[in-house]
Amino acid sequence: MLGQQIINGLVAGSAYALFALGLTLMFGVLGVVNLTYGFYFAVGAYLALLAAGAGAPIALALPLAAILAGLVAVVLDFLLLTRLRRTRAPELASLMVTLGATLFLYSAMSALLGSEIRRFPAGLLDNGAFALGAYRISVGQILIVGTAVLLSLGLVSLMGATRTGLAMRALAENSDASELMGVDTQAIMRRVSFLSGALGGAAGVLIGLEYNAIAPYMGEAMTLKGFAIIILGGLGNIGGALAAGLLVGVLEALTAGYVSSVYKEAVGFLLLVLTLWVRPQGLFGRPGARRA
Amino acid sequence: MSMNGALLEVRGLELGYGRSTVVEGLDLSVPEGAIVCLIGANGAGKTTVLRGLSGLIRARRGAVLFERTDLANKPAHRIARAGIAHAPEGRQIFGEMTVSENLAMGAYLSPSKAETARRREGALARFPRLAERMRQRAGLLSGGEQQMLAIARALMADPKLLLLDEPSMGLAPLFVDEIFRAIAALKAEGRTILLVEQNAHAALELADYAYVLETGKVSIEGPGRELLARPEIADAYLGG
Ligand SMILES: Nc1ncnc2c1ncn2[C@@H]1O[C@H](COP(=O)(O)OP(=O)(O)OP(=O)(O)O)[C@@H](O)[C@H]1O
Ligand SMILES: [Mg+2]
Repeated sequence: MLGQQIINGLVAGSAYALFALGLTLMFGVLGVVNLTYGFYFAVGAYLALLAAGAGAPIALALPLAAILAGLVAVVLDFLLLTRLRRTRAPELASLMVTLGATLFLYSAMSALLGSEIRRFPAGLLDNGAFALGAYRISVGQILIVGTAVLLSLGLVSLMGATRTGLAMRALAENSDASELMGVDTQAIMRRVSFLSGALGGAAGVLIGLEYNAIAPYMGEAMTLKGFAIIILGGLGNIGGALAAGLLVGVLEALTAGYVSSVYKEAVGFLLLVLTLWVRPQGLFGRPGARRA
Repeated sequence: MSMNGALLEVRGLELGYGRSTVVEGLDLSVPEGAIVCLIGANGAGKTTVLRGLSGLIRARRGAVLFERTDLANKPAHRIARAGIAHAPEGRQIFGEMTVSENLAMGAYLSPSKAETARRREGALARFPRLAERMRQRAGLLSGGEQQMLAIARALMADPKLLLLDEPSMGLAPLFVDEIFRAIAALKAEGRTILLVEQNAHAALELADYAYVLETGKVSIEGPGRELLARPEIADAYLGG
């Protein structure tokens, strides 16, 4: 029982980790609090749903949804934030602008697609499961973990080992100095928007698969959870976001299994509050460090 | 100094922030291979001039001719590509990245890995202290080491023109000497440099030519050693 809970928690947690990764990338590199991020999560899930409804296999629906969610992120970032960044508006301005935009986008989405919970077509995933000793892990769960691991490794090696990744980290610290090095910071920002939107979208597909429930407002609760996770992980800290995502997934599963599923959604925030009492920089953050 | 075919020719440059105009009608030229120095009191607009030249702020008026091409109002990354490297005031190194990564950022536009490696060797030969700290987070370096890194990072671009904004600011005398020795060495190698300095004495001794900036305008100009001998310069900028 305990082992199975932990496995289930790690599966959900790996999707949380992916979601948090995109959020911390967006926050850390672009330096704005962008609440539209949860919208890409919902967009990704719906696009995969549409693609699957049209007969696409998950191997096509998932990347397609992620890429389109990434493009939506580029467009929204451009429309909402270019001007604020250029005038170096205070963070509260980007918070309010993106909050307003998000409310609008969720409403538009509900009006367009209906607000009822939708499900992926039966048979999208193989119903099989593997036995790991006494435990069960389904094909869907393997897909979720596999995708999350692959995308996280991809992002980590992009950030650590490529010229673009280096420029992203430089931009996170100091955009003027990056320009002086010859970095086209606007172009790098577009790439960061795309990547984070795609990660958010992919996470939306994975969570949609795990719980088999998709609704326009699914991104809202997830955004809050995402912020809790990246603060736990230490803002802008990629490894921290991954670890905190897994941790919250496992704690949620344990809470649902041993306490009550009523408290499941709250456990991440409880952990956050307790952590911030003891370590204001988060579980994995360095004191004083703010960005990746 | 009217010098035809200088590497950098600034004509009638106007710069400012918001509604305030900080620099007006600035003419300045930097011939190839020369060290030109810009001195002036706090707030005179020296940093603003360098920020205008490297594209960090927009030129409101005037021309910035670099190799006869007007770079005014080009974005900073395009100006970097044209061959101007700016080691800005306050160093602005990437403190969360390693020394090695900072140097890699300096060579962001380098055409090849081999070329980057060659430049890195040159930079480390110039500042051997950095060689021992390549894997260290740059934010943990001492102020003097950070300044060396800022200069080394700018040199990693192998620029045609190097802009240095107060490289000796806030450093202990030992480090100040080391930085000025490095600038003298760059001069001996034929690098072209536009240097802004508070330490007017040391700067004017090195400078082929110098401009004194007073509230956004050039008040005095001439060869460095000539300015050193002028009583009004001695009074205002050399501590009497
Ligand atoms: N970002 C800014 N916004 C508004 N005004 C500014 C800004 N930066 C500088 N100024 C103003 O422009 C004027 C020139 O500043 P600048 O930094 O160019 O002077 P400086 O000669 O480099 O001085 P210092 O020797 O102290 O470095 C000052 O009056 C300053 O207050
Ligand atoms: Mg200055």
